[in-house]
Amino acid sequence: MPSFYHETETVFGTHKNPILQWIFTVDHKRIALLYMGVMFTLFFLAVSAAVTMRAELFFPGPQFLKPHTYNELFTFHGVTMIFLFIVPGIPAALGNFILPLMLGARDLSFPRLNLLSWWFYVIGVATAYSALMSGHGFADTGWTFYAPYSLRTDSHVLPTLIAAFILGISSILTGINFVVTIHRLRAPGMGFFKMPLFVWGLYSTAWIQVLATPVIGITLLLVILERTLNIGIFDPTKGGDPILYEHLFWIYSHPAVYLMILPGFGIVSEVLTTFTRRTIFGYHAIAISSASIAGIGYLVWGHHMLTSGISDMARIIFSLLTFLVAIPTGVKIFDWIATLYKGSIILATPMLWILGSIVNFTIGGLTGLTLAAIGADIHLHDTYFVVAHFHYTILGGVMFMFIGGLHYWYPKITGKIYDEVRGRIAFGLMFVGFNMLWFPMFIAGFLGNPRRYFDYLPTFTIYHQIAGVGAVLVASGLLTILYNFARGLKDGKEAGPNPWNATTLEWHISSPPPLENFSKIPYVDFDPYEYENGEPVVRFDENFQRVVR
Amino acid sequence: MKQEMAYDVAGNSYPVTDYKDDYDGEKFGFWIFLLTEMMMFGVLFLLFAINFYRHSELFGTSSGHLNVWLGGVNTVILLVSTYTMGLASLMMRQAKVRASAYFVGATVVMAIIFLSIKAFEWSVDIHHGIYPGSGILDAKDKGEILFFGLYFVMTGLHGLHVIVGIALMAWVLLLIRSGGIRPEHNIVMKNVTLYWDFVHLIWIILFPLFYMIGV
Repeated sequence: MPSFYHETETVFGTHKNPILQWIFTVDHKRIALLYMGVMFTLFFLAVSAAVTMRAELFFPGPQFLKPHTYNELFTFHGVTMIFLFIVPGIPAALGNFILPLMLGARDLSFPRLNLLSWWFYVIGVATAYSALMSGHGFADTGWTFYAPYSLRTDSHVLPTLIAAFILGISSILTGINFVVTIHRLRAPGMGFFKMPLFVWGLYSTAWIQVLATPVIGITLLLVILERTLNIGIFDPTKGGDPILYEHLFWIYSHPAVYLMILPGFGIVSEVLTTFTRRTIFGYHAIAISSASIAGIGYLVWGHHMLTSGISDMARIIFSLLTFLVAIPTGVKIFDWIATLYKGSIILATPMLWILGSIVNFTIGGLTGLTLAAIGADIHLHDTYFVVAHFHYTILGGVMFMFIGGLHYWYPKITGKIYDEVRGRIAFGLMFVGFNMLWFPMFIAGFLGNPRRYFDYLPTFTIYHQIAGVGAVLVASGLLTILYNFARGLKDGKEAGPNPWNATTLEWHISSPPPLENFSKIPYVDFDPYEYENGEPVVRFDENFQRVVR
Repeated sequence: MKQEMAYDVAGNSYPVTDYKDDYDGEKFGFWIFLLTEMMMFGVLFLLFAINFYRHSELFGTSSGHLNVWLGGVNTVILLVSTYTMGLASLMMRQAKVRASAYFVGATVVMAIIFLSIKAFEWSVDIHHGIYPGSGILDAKDKGEILFFGLYFVMTGLHGLHVIVGIALMAWVLLLIRSGGIRPEHNIVMKNVTLYWDFVHLIWIILFPLFYMIGV
C-alpha cells in the first residue's frame, strides 16, 4: 500500500525533485519528520556542548576552556535546547504527526500554515547560528537575556534575540493550527472527553503557545530596540526597569516549561494504557488537570524572582500559587499509578522510558516545591540545586517521555520495529547515567555550589566527577538509541498496523500511514482506551465502520 | 462537492468537516491570531500603565508636546476607514462585487493618508531632536525619555500594522479581480476586515493614552 513516503502534496503542486517534495510538502506527517530531522541534529549539537562543559568541570580550575568561552557554551546549550529543541519539541515533531491521526482527520486545519511554521523555524535556526559565523562569538547572556547585561554586553546578542522572536512566530502559528484542528476536525461523534489524552496535552500546550508566546515576542523585540535605538524601557540609567524585564520574560518562560511537559504527560497516558492493557484511571481528572496546569502555570512566574527584589506580599502569593500547581500534577501521578495497579504490565521499551520518566519527574517536581518555599529559595537560588531540579523535570521528565513516545510511535512512523534489546540497553544507560549526572548536583547545590560558574571550589570535585561519568553514560545511551533507530529502518521487522495492541485511532490505519490518513472518516462514539481481556474492544472494517463482535 | 459522511454501527450518517473548506475554522483561527496580537499590545499597554503610574506628571507634560489635532484627525480617518472596510465586506456578501472593491480601495486611500500624517508628526518630532537615543531627549527627565520611548515603539508598531493592512487590502483587491474572493467564498475578506477592525481598535486606545492625558 502506498504510504505518505511515496506520494505527497506540496504548496506549489507537484515536483519531480524529492528534496523539493519534502521541503514544500503540506502533509503534516512529512512536516513532522522535517521538524524531527532539524531538531535532533541541533539536539546532538547541544548535547556535545554540555559534554564539553562537563569535561571542563571534571577537575577544579581552568582546563581547556576560557571563562568567556564557557559562558558562550552554556548560552549555546541553553538557547539551542530551549528555543530550538524542547519548545517546538513534542508538539512540532510527534504532535504534528500523531494529532490528526488520533482525531480521525486527514491533516491539520491549515496545512500550508504548518509548512510556514517549519520555514519560520528553519529561518530562526539559521539566524541564531549566524552569530557563530560572525566572528564575534555566541551570546554570553544565558538563554534568559537578563537586562541590563544583555543591553551592555559586547557579544553578539542581536542574532540570538531575533532568532528567538522568529521562533516565537513559528510556535504561535503551530499553536493556532492545533487549537483550530482540535476544535474543528475531531471525527464525528468524538466529543472533547472522547479524545485521547495526548490530544488533551497538545490542546493545553497550544493555548499556552498562543497566549504566552506573544509576551516574550514583544519583550525580546524591546530588547532588540533597546540595543539598536536606546529606547530606555529596561535601561535603569534612562529610568527603565530591569526587574520589569524579568517579569515579562518569565510570564512567557515559566508557562513555557508547562508547554514542554504537558504533551509529555499526554504520552505517558497513551503508553501506560497500552502496556497495562487497561483503560486509564481517572480520564476526566487527567484531562482537566492538563488544562488546569496550563491555567495555574500562567500565574506563577514570580517564583523565578523571589530573590530579585519584589515585595513580600508578591513573594507569598507567587509561592502559594506555585504550590497549587503541584495539585493537578499530583493528580496525574496518582492516576498513573492507579492505572498500573492490577494492570497486565508489559515492560517494553516505551514503557520503561515512561516509568523512568515518572520516577525522575517526581523527584524533579518535589524539588520544585523546595524551591517554591521562599526561605529555602533564598539559600538555593542560583545554585546547582536549581539546575538539577530543572534537568530532572526537562531532561529526566520531558526528554524521557519524548524518547518513550518516539519508541512508541516508531513503528507507526517508519512501518518497522526497532530492536528491543538495544532499546532496553539504551534505557538502562540513560536512566543510570542521568541520575548520576544530576543527583549529585542537588547535593552540590545544597552545599552552596553556584550555577553558571566556569570553576568551583575543590570540595565539590567529587560531585562534578560523578556527574562527568554520568554525562558519558547519557551520551552513549543517546547514541545507542540513534543506532537502534537507524538499524531498525534498515533491517527491522515489518510492524503491521498495530504492533502494540493499542486502541487509539492511529493504530487502525496502516504503518506508515497513507497520504491522507483515512480513506473514510470513522464515527467515534467510544472512549479512547477500551480493553477487554487484554484486547482492544473497538474494531473497524475496511470502510472504517465499526464492527460489532 | 458532495458532503462526506461517517457511519456508526447502526448505519446512521454524520457529516464530516472538510479541512480544505472550513469557513468557521478559518474564522476561528483568525480570532485566535488576533488574541495573540492583543497579548502583544497588552504588554505594551502594561508597560505604559506602570510607567505612567511612576511618572504621572512628566507623562502629562510630555503628552502636551504632541499635536492633539493631528492625532484627532487620524483617529477620525481610521474610524471612517473601518466603516468603509465593513461596508466592503457587506457588499461582497450581497454580491455587489464592484461596490465592494471600491470600498476596499477607499479604505486603502484612508490608510495611506493616516500613515502620511503619522510620518509628518514623527518627522516634526525628530526634527526637534525628540527620538530615542538622541542627545536632546536623553538630557531630559527620565519620565520624558520613557514617554517618548513608548510613544515611538507603540505608534511604530501600530504603523507597521497599518502597512501590513494596506498590503493585505491590496491582496484582497487582487483576489477580487482574479475571482479568488467571491460572494460565496469570502473568508479572506472577512478576516482582513476583522484585522482592520483590530488595528483601529488599538489606535482608539493609543490616541487618548498619548495625546489626551496632557490636555
